Amino acid sequence: MLKHFRPAIILFLIFTVLTGVVYPALVTGLAQLLFPNQANGSLMAGVNGNTTGSRLIGQPFNSPGYFWGRPSATSPFPYNAGASSGSNLGPTNPALLDAVKTRVIALQAADPDNKTAVPVDLVTASGSGLDPHISPAAAEYQISRVVQARHLSAEKIRELVATHTEPRQWGMFGESRVNVLTLNLALDTLH
Amino acid sequence: MTSNSFFQVGLYLFTLLALVKPLGWYMARVYEGEPVGLNRILLPLEALVYRLAGVDLKQEMRWTEYAITMLVFNLLGFLAVFALQSLQAYLPLNPQKLPAVSPDSSFNTAVSFITNTNWQAYSGEVTMSYLTQMLGLTVQNFVSAAAGMATLVALMRGFTRRKANIIGNFWVDMTRSTLYILMPLSLVLALVLVGQGVVQTFKPYQTVPLLEAVSYQQPKLCEDGVVLQDANGKPVMETVQANEQVIAVGPAASQVAIKQLGTNGGGFFNVNSSHPLENPTPLSNFLEMLAILLIPAALCYTFGVMVGDARQGWTVLAAMGLVLVALILVEVSAEQGGNPALATLGVDQSANEAQSGGNTEGKETRFGITNSALWAVVTTAASNGSVNAMHDSFSPIGGLVPMWLMQLGEVIFGGVGSGLYGMIMFAIVAVFVSGLMIGRTPEYLGKKIEAFEMKMAAITILIPPLMVLGGSAIAVMVEFGKAAVFNPGAHGFSEILYAFSSAGNNNGSAFGGLSANTPFYNAILGVAMLFSRYWLAVPVLAIAGSLAAKKTIPVGPGTLPTHTPLFVMLLIGTVLMVGALTFIPALALGPMVEQLHLLGVGSVKG
Repeated sequence: MLKHFRPAIILFLIFTVLTGVVYPALVTGLAQLLFPNQANGSLMAGVNGNTTGSRLIGQPFNSPGYFWGRPSATSPFPYNAGASSGSNLGPTNPALLDAVKTRVIALQAADPDNKTAVPVDLVTASGSGLDPHISPAAAEYQISRVVQARHLSAEKIRELVATHTEPRQWGMFGESRVNVLTLNLALDTLH
Repeated sequence: MTSNSFFQVGLYLFTLLALVKPLGWYMARVYEGEPVGLNRILLPLEALVYRLAGVDLKQEMRWTEYAITMLVFNLLGFLAVFALQSLQAYLPLNPQKLPAVSPDSSFNTAVSFITNTNWQAYSGEVTMSYLTQMLGLTVQNFVSAAAGMATLVALMRGFTRRKANIIGNFWVDMTRSTLYILMPLSLVLALVLVGQGVVQTFKPYQTVPLLEAVSYQQPKLCEDGVVLQDANGKPVMETVQANEQVIAVGPAASQVAIKQLGTNGGGFFNVNSSHPLENPTPLSNFLEMLAILLIPAALCYTFGVMVGDARQGWTVLAAMGLVLVALILVEVSAEQGGNPALATLGVDQSANEAQSGGNTEGKETRFGITNSALWAVVTTAASNGSVNAMHDSFSPIGGLVPMWLMQLGEVIFGGVGSGLYGMIMFAIVAVFVSGLMIGRTPEYLGKKIEAFEMKMAAITILIPPLMVLGGSAIAVMVEFGKAAVFNPGAHGFSEILYAFSSAGNNNGSAFGGLSANTPFYNAILGVAMLFSRYWLAVPVLAIAGSLAAKKTIPVGPGTLPTHTPLFVMLLIGTVLMVGALTFIPALALGPMVEQLHLLGVGSVKG
């Protein structure tokens, strides 16, 4: 058995260097060269040059003038991108039903005249707790509330939602979706 | 299921199938030492590796030697990963100044990564330094996958050799798997993933302003850092405001690529591939999902080529594929069905062009129901275990399917190498059982199957259920086991059963509610992972040695053909029979009871 240790130790060191140093360093070098923005977190620059967030990471919103994103289960506050987490609530857990009920009530209270059913993604927590998107249905549901809070025309807001709606990628992959953070950033520039 | 669901599932399966033959052919050439396109660059590197290590390329090993070298190599990996976690506070590339990982968690993680399981009791972005992720975890993602592939190749040689006592050189098989197969594929995939938005940087975590500040409650601390308590012993809460968001980043893409290709599955971040910086777009999702099954599927073709009859490989692939497709249909339907308990709350769960609907708790909007459910099946069919949605929040049937796929022994594709050698064990049992039925001596691929092979095959098939059921039984009997449960009722039992199904079959996915980062679970799940990896790999190598020593018998009138639709059915039957008979009682106590509760039979009580 001892005679196997020498090649084992040397090969282990070689593979550690190849796959643990050379490979990640090579990927990092090429990534920083080819896709510097994506490789560093897809951060967005605002008008005056400072960062306004990542287009891939959602942020918490709860005032009526903003579109709200998916509920987030991260702690200690929602959309904590330093500690991603889902709720892990099971389908029969009473805590899940209570949470959904509370969210439905909050949405309805913020827009009492809206009697349509609430799109399910708007009242259920995302897997990462950082989901930047909501479904187009969830955006449509919130338009009347945002219109009232901002005193803007519904057409204008609907148009803005449409420009922030991504279709299925290449027309086939995944689902169509609305980026909540970029939509809200754009809302703030409307007058 | 919607028409788009069928389209996306169909596109996935078609693309996978189209890649089986080219990659399978390429891998066969690599293992047979024939020239492939990458030789020009890699051959000198390969030669240098052997020269440095003093390995003689031509010197082949007996099965015992092959097994010992594999075990020694894995032992070194364990020590390195354990040491890196314990010492990371003193080592470079730790921009967040993360402290040493606890000994029990380090043990569990080291075992988890050398066994190709990637069960993660820890949470990546708050536990592991960049150095530990790269030098410890990424390295093991490569070499544990390569070790599985090497073991498979040794088994294939067992079938093709006659009266031989050697089955190849472990160092050569492992080096070739890494250099020619895993590294080039990972490099390409990692770069494409970065293009989609997966991070790859050594910068510290990024801080960005929040557009709208958020206030939250947290326990108030005294000046000395102790939590302030009121008269009743409860912590005093204070309201604080967050104006900023800290975004965890790191060298993720390089690790994500190999975690998928090597059926490892360990996420860079806590929530694995549901994290937008680990799996940012539907396209990245498609590619990661493709990478999960790519090598396990293509190895079936490699197997056919190497045993000299491509039909044998297609037969095994057909058996795997049929089970996969059937369970995808069940899974997508179950999740698209939504949660009946929410129906009365004024929530719209229907699927239409404006929303994917269904059971969206724990799922990401960009993936929707179809890609979350498809991923869950694919990742548990393979022993990958990465997730893009939280399995704990799946519907009862939606949680049962992944759990059962693991319990089948990770042979429906399974791990790279390990899945196919597991399936070949079932094929050996299938020819034995049918040999008994038709009164002939069982043989497979020209080799007589005798008592020794049957004993070894029986061990490989029985060890995982022993780990799963024995481990779950212990956990539900002791306080340490029950205290970790998060969801009440039958679902709580499912959390425990899922954990042992995952560790006991080297998958690595979890019902994440279970607080598994405790000394009890770290130890018992670690032991389950060790047994399920090595008590399978070593008997498989024993069979390889035993088969190689036998003469090859020509196909006769009494030979049961093993390349026919009939044999596909026999193979599926054997796998499902063992899986069903062993696990239905346990599944009945978890997901099945929960499904009945959800349908309103009986009441849900904590």
